[in-house]
Amino acid sequence: MATSVAPQPTPLVRSFTCPSCGGAIAQRTGGWAQTIVCPQCGAVLDADDASLRILQAAEQRERIRPLLPLGTRGTLSGVLYEVTGFQRRQIVVDGVAYHWNEYLLFNPWHGFRYLSEYGGHWNEIEVLKRQPVTRVTGGRPAAQLEGQLFKHFQTADAETVYVLGEFPWEIRYGDRAQTQDYISPPRLLSAELTGEEQTWSLGTYRTADEMRRAFPDVKGLPSPTGVFANQPSPYAGRAKRLWTTWVLLVLGLIGMLVVNQLFAARTLLLSERYVYDKAAFAGDSTVSGAFVTPVFTATGRPSNIEIAIESDVDQDWMYLNIALVDVARGSAREFGREISYYSGRDSDGSWSEGSRRDRVRIPAVPAGEYYLRVEPEGGDIGRIGGAPVQYSLTVRRDVPNMGFYAIAFLVLLLPPVFGGIASASFEGRRWAESDYASSSGSDDGE
Amino acid sequence: MNARTASCPNCGAAIRFRYAQAVQTVCEYCKAVLVRHDLDLTQIGTVGALPATSSPIQLGTTGRWHDRPFEVVGRLQYRWERGRWSEWHCVMGGGESAWLSDAQLEYAMSRLATPDRAVPPAPSLTVGQRFEWEETAYTVTTLTQAHYEGTEGDLPFQYWDKRVCWFADLGNVTGKFATIDYSESPPLLYLGEYCTFAELSLGNVREFDEWPAAARTAR
Repeated sequence: MATSVAPQPTPLVRSFTCPSCGGAIAQRTGGWAQTIVCPQCGAVLDADDASLRILQAAEQRERIRPLLPLGTRGTLSGVLYEVTGFQRRQIVVDGVAYHWNEYLLFNPWHGFRYLSEYGGHWNEIEVLKRQPVTRVTGGRPAAQLEGQLFKHFQTADAETVYVLGEFPWEIRYGDRAQTQDYISPPRLLSAELTGEEQTWSLGTYRTADEMRRAFPDVKGLPSPTGVFANQPSPYAGRAKRLWTTWVLLVLGLIGMLVVNQLFAARTLLLSERYVYDKAAFAGDSTVSGAFVTPVFTATGRPSNIEIAIESDVDQDWMYLNIALVDVARGSAREFGREISYYSGRDSDGSWSEGSRRDRVRIPAVPAGEYYLRVEPEGGDIGRIGGAPVQYSLTVRRDVPNMGFYAIAFLVLLLPPVFGGIASASFEGRRWAESDYASSSGSDDGE
Repeated sequence: MNARTASCPNCGAAIRFRYAQAVQTVCEYCKAVLVRHDLDLTQIGTVGALPATSSPIQLGTTGRWHDRPFEVVGRLQYRWERGRWSEWHCVMGGGESAWLSDAQLEYAMSRLATPDRAVPPAPSLTVGQRFEWEETAYTVTTLTQAHYEGTEGDLPFQYWDKRVCWFADLGNVTGKFATIDYSESPPLLYLGEYCTFAELSLGNVREFDEWPAAARTAR
């Protein structure tokens, strides 16, 4: 099929004179422009009218310098766009005015796109052709777009307080629209109601770094302050990752514990029974009850030694001074253990206090020959008529230490717990700017 | 004279049809609107030059829709309160008609449907009403009063010099759309979907001053 092609590129750019102030105006979007705002005097002109009828007279206004000047080109989602329009919009919440900036961008083939900026936070926005469905979940309004749920964030009445450049629709200072924002970071779903027409748009959060890469010619783009509605939480993924890591580490810990339990030698080195009869020493302070056990041999790598004491003390206590003596080196590791057991009945029923048994672990004992030196002391033991105390000493080598696992478990909990707190705090700051500021936003944490 | 060429009964210039089944065409030289009856062309009017819209689409633009090639052969242009839009008449590879709508560079493809359910009459329509055709639900988004601004190229029907036309646009959760054209009786239902420039793989589009051809393709 033969085709006829316009041999010359079509002009989009044309220059003319502002009918209000006589200044030069460059038009960038060709026949698409419906409204042009004079950059010199701010008069709003009808671009569709040959003589550029003045739609709204210039007013004395503070001049705003957009962060992205008109005519700037940049690449968004892989498409080259030129900044052709700018408007500042304002909402009033509890008597305080907040404003954000909206940039209109143009590519003659791909069409129009938008950027919004508030406090250094950017959103790349497309007008939606897919219709979201609104509903209420958990007592709050929400919107669903192709299976993704967006939580309602804020409803506001936005007023256009400043305009610059050209627009493919009629725009005026003072234009008002009701806006509804729904979030699912990093996406922001907005409904804008003007008269009877509702327009949906979808924003995607852009970081300052992404914007600097998109617009390399623009210098001095500010870094964001505060937390923005759809700013992705740096903790959202992290908290999840921390818990995943935690689960893996705890599984590893349980594995180690099982291996430890299965393969711990628990070698029996000594098991002896003794009687402590204080009456035997009564009145004779020169005689000590101290004695030494038979020598036993610890083998293998350095490991712990557990000494278990079992006694039949009743309504009484005893104290054992014990030393683990290394035969070869002559060195000793000394410690004392108290064993006491009392029981009885009172108005609350029967009670008991203390225990008849005790155990102590001595860590990192190298291989070698050892014996115990034991010196018992007793409170009322051996009092006249009292029975002597029978007790046994059992020495084992390489006994698994459960306490270590308990501590490790607690230490491993710290990163995800602190990560969770940081995440909740970030979400709290996000929702502090919403219509739901009074109720804590922490329940919205990831 | 064969099915593809004729001469303008008004100015004598050669008329070359891009579309073999064209019912109406516009003489490129004298802008006479011509209707074809068998082998004869009858002038039914004249159009003025179409106002500039800066659309990248032109007669001869090619593209693909659902993996089927099409070529743009004709155009209807409308104006409404928020600007202008064009309905580009496309001929698909199989010879059937489809429409490429370009409203401020928002693109949509559609085809004339044979409604499996009744098309609502215009006065009863309100924004938000739901309808279902061909097992797809649609919601009325806008009711548009449009002014016909002109035509060029080949059309599959006789259409010119309309004044005011009512259109109803309906949207859908997945980006499908429906348009009801109330300028005919009974109204015509078009079903289709919104598309991006890149999705349509458009070729032979217009070039623009100060815009490199590379800016046409998304990276």
